[in-house]
Amino acid sequence: MTDNEHEIEQPDERVPKRVIGTPAPGTSMLGDEVPVVEEGDVPGVTFQDEHKASRAEKIVALCFTVTFLAAIAFIISYVVFQVGDPESTGTSNLALGGTLTIALLALAFGIVVWVRQIMPKYTLIQERHAMASDEDTRENVADTFVQGARESGFVKRPLLRRTLLLAAAPLGLLPLVLLRDLDNSKMPAAKFNETLRHTVWGEKTKEGKPLRLLVEGTGQPIRAADFNSPGGILSVVPEGYEHDLNALAKATLILIKFRPDEIKSGTNRNWTHDGIVAYSKICTHVGCPAALYEQTTHHILCPCHQSTFDAADGAKVIFGPAARPLPQLPISVDDQGFLIAQGDFNVPVGPSYWERGDAEAEARSKGGHA
Amino acid sequence: MTRITAWRRHPLARYAVLILALALVGMVYTAFIQASRPADAALASGKVDDVAKGRSLFEAHCASCHGLNAQGTSTGPTLIGVGAAAVDFQVSTGRMPAANPGAQAPRKPVAKWVTDEKIRQLGAYVQSLGGGPQVPGKEQVDPAKGDAGRGGELFRANCIQCHNWAGAGGALTLGKYAPNLNDASPTQIYEAMITGPQAMPVFNDTTITPEEKRSMIAYITQVREQRDPGGFGLGRIGPVTEGLVGWIAGISALALAAIWITAKKRQKS
Repeated sequence: MTDNEHEIEQPDERVPKRVIGTPAPGTSMLGDEVPVVEEGDVPGVTFQDEHKASRAEKIVALCFTVTFLAAIAFIISYVVFQVGDPESTGTSNLALGGTLTIALLALAFGIVVWVRQIMPKYTLIQERHAMASDEDTRENVADTFVQGARESGFVKRPLLRRTLLLAAAPLGLLPLVLLRDLDNSKMPAAKFNETLRHTVWGEKTKEGKPLRLLVEGTGQPIRAADFNSPGGILSVVPEGYEHDLNALAKATLILIKFRPDEIKSGTNRNWTHDGIVAYSKICTHVGCPAALYEQTTHHILCPCHQSTFDAADGAKVIFGPAARPLPQLPISVDDQGFLIAQGDFNVPVGPSYWERGDAEAEARSKGGHA
Repeated sequence: MTRITAWRRHPLARYAVLILALALVGMVYTAFIQASRPADAALASGKVDDVAKGRSLFEAHCASCHGLNAQGTSTGPTLIGVGAAAVDFQVSTGRMPAANPGAQAPRKPVAKWVTDEKIRQLGAYVQSLGGGPQVPGKEQVDPAKGDAGRGGELFRANCIQCHNWAGAGGALTLGKYAPNLNDASPTQIYEAMITGPQAMPVFNDTTITPEEKRSMIAYITQVREQRDPGGFGLGRIGPVTEGLVGWIAGISALALAAIWITAKKRQKS
């Protein structure tokens, strides 16, 4: 124990007197002769209760000891836990991070307790200076400005002034020109129909034949006679677009096989083949893939918002936020017995959009089925 | 002697006697029925024993819901044409006999009487009623012979909407759900695909070939063998719940710490 440490334990040493980098004793602004700490001795300064301070001191010391131990543990963990496979690297990370966290947290906690419960409290008043500059400075700035204006000849030389204004005018208009890009009202209306109304099912192969239905994943065409187990379902993609994600975003289907007596009036039977019905997989609510099919109830469930469609009855909505049934694709078989699309959906697939209108009513008025 | 007398006077004694008597009558009746049943001429090809034993098992354990001739009742569907594969799946996973009629019969430990032998006999009986998918052979479902990459592609196209990409399962409508696949054996997975148990659709062998099914089984078994790194995995989505709790708890702790550091000590008055 040195003298210095002995002094620190004295009660009157609570007043900061001798700290490295501060004035030596005697010049202290708080005075070094404060024998018994009492409130009001020094205006604006509240000293800590010595009893509480010594208790806090123990807490702080404990915190610092914890920091010491945790830091040692960090070094030990660094040596003990070697990295390599994911398992041991994970253990090493946990040990290093854990010990470092404990060390720094304990240190921080100790310092906060030190400041809050041991050091005296000051009531400080901070004066603010006036916002405005003084009179001289302001006059000076005004003079400089006038002088600059005079020397630039902005008034005297009208040619310079006018060409500068001329240069600035179109420059200021540039953002307005770019704003025009936001206006899409001039885009051809046919483009909307092309991109949103139609899917690739309306197209033909290079040989001019209708597109076949392919099993998603295997890319195999489906012979109607092979898809013969009632209660069956397949995820289907169009021939030639198996990996075209832009096309698949709208054209993916679910193909369901029913017993003939299960199909209800909501389903267009002319668009089915031997109890096989094709619906768009894209939910009419916000476009999630709705393909959770229950063969017992014929429910198609959309996993995003629980919209439920009755697959046996034209995929009409029986629960949830979807507003319209899943569009049915007209299907048929080609001369080899493979399932093909008769044509495109007669209503747009997927969620609603402004220009869509009542596509179902439109399709009905054309004599079609929606 | 006095102890026996005490048992006889026990309040439950009359019930015990009643149950014993009923069991005795039942056994004698069953034995009598078995002895008197004529062998089915159409099935006299060596499998007769299995079919006959299967029929008696069926009458004892299944007929109350599925009907005495497996024709179906209001509580259970017909089993004509479902095949031995459906029987093997339902009974070996403990789903059947069902504990109670509900939205869905859950997987559970098999009933005490169930053995591989008895399942085979039941299956033979149901197969004899109207054909249907057979139990696949060991070779047919061997994950080692499948291509997990290709199987994964098919699994993602056809199965994950209900079963989740790691086979964790998920909710369906009106209390039904797609079960977790982690407990299912390769044979059971194959049988589920070809028979479409309960609400599950059928994936027949002509559209998804047996080789493709084997590849899917390879994918399912390989994925479940992978180590799941996150606590509450939520079907391998990752430690989302822990992150949420950590974030909320962490932010709260930081806010409290900031309040504590800067708080003014209450003035003593």
